[in-house]
Amino acid sequence: MIRLYDDLIIQVVCRIMIPLIQFFALYVIAHGHYSPGGGFQGGCILAASFILMVIAYDLDWMKKRFSEIKNTFMVALGIFIYALIGLICILLGAEYLNYGILHKILPADPIKVRALGTLGIEIGVGITVMAVMVSIFLNLTTYGRHEKGEV
Amino acid sequence: MIWLVDILILTIVVICALGAINVRDLLSSAILLGAYSFLMCILWTEMGAVDVAFTEAAVGAGISTAFFIGAIYQTTRRTKD
Repeated sequence: MIRLYDDLIIQVVCRIMIPLIQFFALYVIAHGHYSPGGGFQGGCILAASFILMVIAYDLDWMKKRFSEIKNTFMVALGIFIYALIGLICILLGAEYLNYGILHKILPADPIKVRALGTLGIEIGVGITVMAVMVSIFLNLTTYGRHEKGEV
Repeated sequence: MIWLVDILILTIVVICALGAINVRDLLSSAILLGAYSFLMCILWTEMGAVDVAFTEAAVGAGISTAFFIGAIYQTTRRTKD
């Protein structure tokens, strides 16, 4: 799992599957407010694509594309997006996360602005859940050393 | 008629849960827990709770099975002490 697992069939199938999984995750995040799904589920599916990279190739192959620094940064980024949207609502004079008030700064009618605010929250939750899930998996499989384990 | 499907799935869920507790191999236990999650997902879809079923499929069957297998790879079959 952590060393390079050299199997042509698994690698080719995963190379086709990973973009499809990521597109489906983005679809789930973007359509979270009027169909089943949302930030948490979409983030979990997005994290599953990165876990599939670790299983099909190895840890270094995945870390070249999504390093731990980016991972830790994205944990904080999602929370930041969530809190920022809530705080903007407070500064405009409404309650925390009351998106309807955002129509004062966004050029759209209040109903569309409410959907856009929900979309922003979903994106923040999705980014944080994805980064935390990948981080838990890396710490679990490498004894927290984030390098080649003894598997 | 739908309660027949309900009882059938519920029976398989209970069998999977008892198997996951009683089987001696940790890897088989993790796989049985994944099967349990998928069957719970089918049960919730059939009851109409699509959002809960989707969460169960994404988290319970997908991510947590991968976490369990990753944790089991760090263990040994015999204890060291």
